Amino acid sequence: MSEVELHGEHQHPHLQHHFEDLGQQHVTVTLGMWAFLATEILFFGGFFFAYTLYRHAYPEAWTIGAHHNNITLGTINTAVLICSSLTMAMGVYFSQLGRRKPLVNSILATIFLGLVFVIIKGVEYAEHVREGFFPGVLFTYSGPEARHVELFMVFYFGMTALHALHMLVGFGILTWLVIRAQQGWYSAEYYGPVEVVGLYWHFVDIVWIFLFPLLYLINRHG
Amino acid sequence: MTTTTVHDNLIPPSERAEPGPSYLSDGHTVASWLLTKDHKRIAILYLVSITFMFMLGGFFAFMMRLELLTPQGDLLTSDTYNKFFTMHGLIMVFFFLIPSIPATLGNFLLPLMIGAKDLAFPRINLLSWYLYIIGAGFGLFVVLFGGVDTGWTFYTPFSTQYSNTWVIPITLAAFIVGFSSILTGLNFVVTTHKMRAPGMTWFRLPLFVWSMYATSLVMMLATPVLGITLMLLIIERTLRVGIFDPALGGDPILFQHMFWFYSHPAVYIMILPGMGVISEVIAAFSRKRIYGYRFVAFSSLAIAFLGFLVWAHHLLVAGISIYSAMIFSFLSFLVAIPSAVKVFNWTATLYRGSISLDTPMLYALGFLGFFLVGGLTGLFLAALGLDVHVHDTYFVIAHFHYIMVGGAVMAYFAGLHFWWPKISGRLYPEFWGRLAAMVTFVGFNLTFFPQFVLGYLGMPRRYHAYVPEFQVLNVMSTAGATVLGVGYALPLFYLLWSLKYGKIAGKNPWEAVGLEWETSSPPPTQNFTETPVVTWEAYQRNLPEVLIERG
Repeated sequence: MSEVELHGEHQHPHLQHHFEDLGQQHVTVTLGMWAFLATEILFFGGFFFAYTLYRHAYPEAWTIGAHHNNITLGTINTAVLICSSLTMAMGVYFSQLGRRKPLVNSILATIFLGLVFVIIKGVEYAEHVREGFFPGVLFTYSGPEARHVELFMVFYFGMTALHALHMLVGFGILTWLVIRAQQGWYSAEYYGPVEVVGLYWHFVDIVWIFLFPLLYLINRHG
Repeated sequence: MTTTTVHDNLIPPSERAEPGPSYLSDGHTVASWLLTKDHKRIAILYLVSITFMFMLGGFFAFMMRLELLTPQGDLLTSDTYNKFFTMHGLIMVFFFLIPSIPATLGNFLLPLMIGAKDLAFPRINLLSWYLYIIGAGFGLFVVLFGGVDTGWTFYTPFSTQYSNTWVIPITLAAFIVGFSSILTGLNFVVTTHKMRAPGMTWFRLPLFVWSMYATSLVMMLATPVLGITLMLLIIERTLRVGIFDPALGGDPILFQHMFWFYSHPAVYIMILPGMGVISEVIAAFSRKRIYGYRFVAFSSLAIAFLGFLVWAHHLLVAGISIYSAMIFSFLSFLVAIPSAVKVFNWTATLYRGSISLDTPMLYALGFLGFFLVGGLTGLFLAALGLDVHVHDTYFVIAHFHYIMVGGAVMAYFAGLHFWWPKISGRLYPEFWGRLAAMVTFVGFNLTFFPQFVLGYLGMPRRYHAYVPEFQVLNVMSTAGATVLGVGYALPLFYLLWSLKYGKIAGKNPWEAVGLEWETSSPPPTQNFTETPVVTWEAYQRNLPEVLIERG
């Protein structure tokens, strides 16, 4: 009996063997995600760095490229993604309360909004390709600064595709989270995975918050 | 028992239990190795993999030295020679040196040294190895099906517009293996923060852990930039757009900046772990606490930090502004300060130490000499005026081989011998070990010292032919490479031999201090029977009970 009390926490089904207790496991997993996000900042950072350099070198081309983008769809997508961050945050909140059903619904809503974002993004991509703005052999735009507008489109496609790839990975993780949540894995005592997936999702959201003005809103005033 | 012993702290007598099976005997199936989450087994997986890559990279190096035996390009055509030096560099940097100490010794020792049962993320650790293997698969594909000739630096626009070889598969290989490196670094950082045993404060950590920590920060923060740079390279080569190609509006210098933003810190990924090994070995074989512990610890962090600020010294003659060149030259000089702090502290540790010249110590003393020469010649290259003269000559080759081979590889062998009894549970034959260390020392100097002279006389790197005046020095270098090859091959034989025939090591054959020596050899799967509680300072030797216990 005393053995059980003494090692009560050791018997928590989700405590991994190499941690002393759930508290250690929680802070370790959380730090792991923050560290991962730091590497992600450097990963995207390389793109932002090159973008900044060429925007400085070819400002007119960047204006032309940004004006070509569909600002309505971009704005809608920004709103959709911010909403998905809200539902994700609600998911974390419900997991901390151990409320299974609202947790599952919040994550499902997050996946749904994420899918809406990706579909709208796909519509935009199709439009660009149709209008001859996809870099490489498909690039048919021949107006002013054509070469440099193509370079803008390289950054546009590269950065948004890398962002969308992160969302696709996110769908996989969220789906796994839904299954786990339905099985009742998460409780007030153990909600670490929901929290760190939330961190990841918010990061992907924040990347878009930077991408949107950089790719859509150049010289829109006046 | 009147005093509290170290062991009483580790394992209360009442709970002293037989340790479980050693990690080596805990399962013998192939799956028990390939699906293991045990950091010690993953270290062995890495050890086998990087040994293979080391031999492959060494083969290319040896073929180059053979070609350079004569002034004419007679053994290899210039195209083949281009491919050989490229693949030598790629394999040695990405598949041997960067994972060498961290992924093998670091993986094995980090949890043991801090008193943890495993790394923070065992599954991610295994994933790192698989990513390494996938990357290596791409690399081997390229090697087998025609090679690549861009140089390991992939400079544009040659790599994106002109090279007619397997550029995309090899950049993918580097990209993938980069993620292996990022995840290893992340795992080590989090482990060091959150998995330390009770009482193991930051300033009680062995210096090997400090250097692994500094290395891991660089791995985490520099490697992603290489990843994105290689992505841009692939995009430019696939779509024929002008990111780096000046003919299409791009900037080739931008590639060099982004490439070296990773690849200069990568030099510190290669040498910092070696410095950690040397700190351990010198402390153990001088029977002393390391001199100036905190200075050595912080100098690792200082090197990691400064390492991010010096990348453009690779571009001093590439056409960057003279003002930025001056700043980068100055910053490069600064790296010498923490490096010198380390060398002085190691030397001070030796002073009046009770030195025994066992194999790891011989390698470590070799390291000290090589690192000194490599470091000081680095200052030559950081000097703007001199760099114009010796840039892209054999002087550069000799300099960085003194750091990366004389430094990092010597330290790798020092560590491998030092911890071999812990890893395998067996002692290697000491005579053969000392012989290998000395053969390596002689062979290395004979190979690379003549290259300093060659470079200073103006022999450019990356050519398969040269003017006849340079032949004597080249013959010396090739002869040295042969000796060096013998020095590297010897351990392969006697270490493997020792697995079966070596004497049983016991848990602490060197009478060294550190938690890894408090558990059995080879360690049990769980590392420690009970979580240790640390009550002593790093390298603290004056524990009477330790002496009593060891007779």
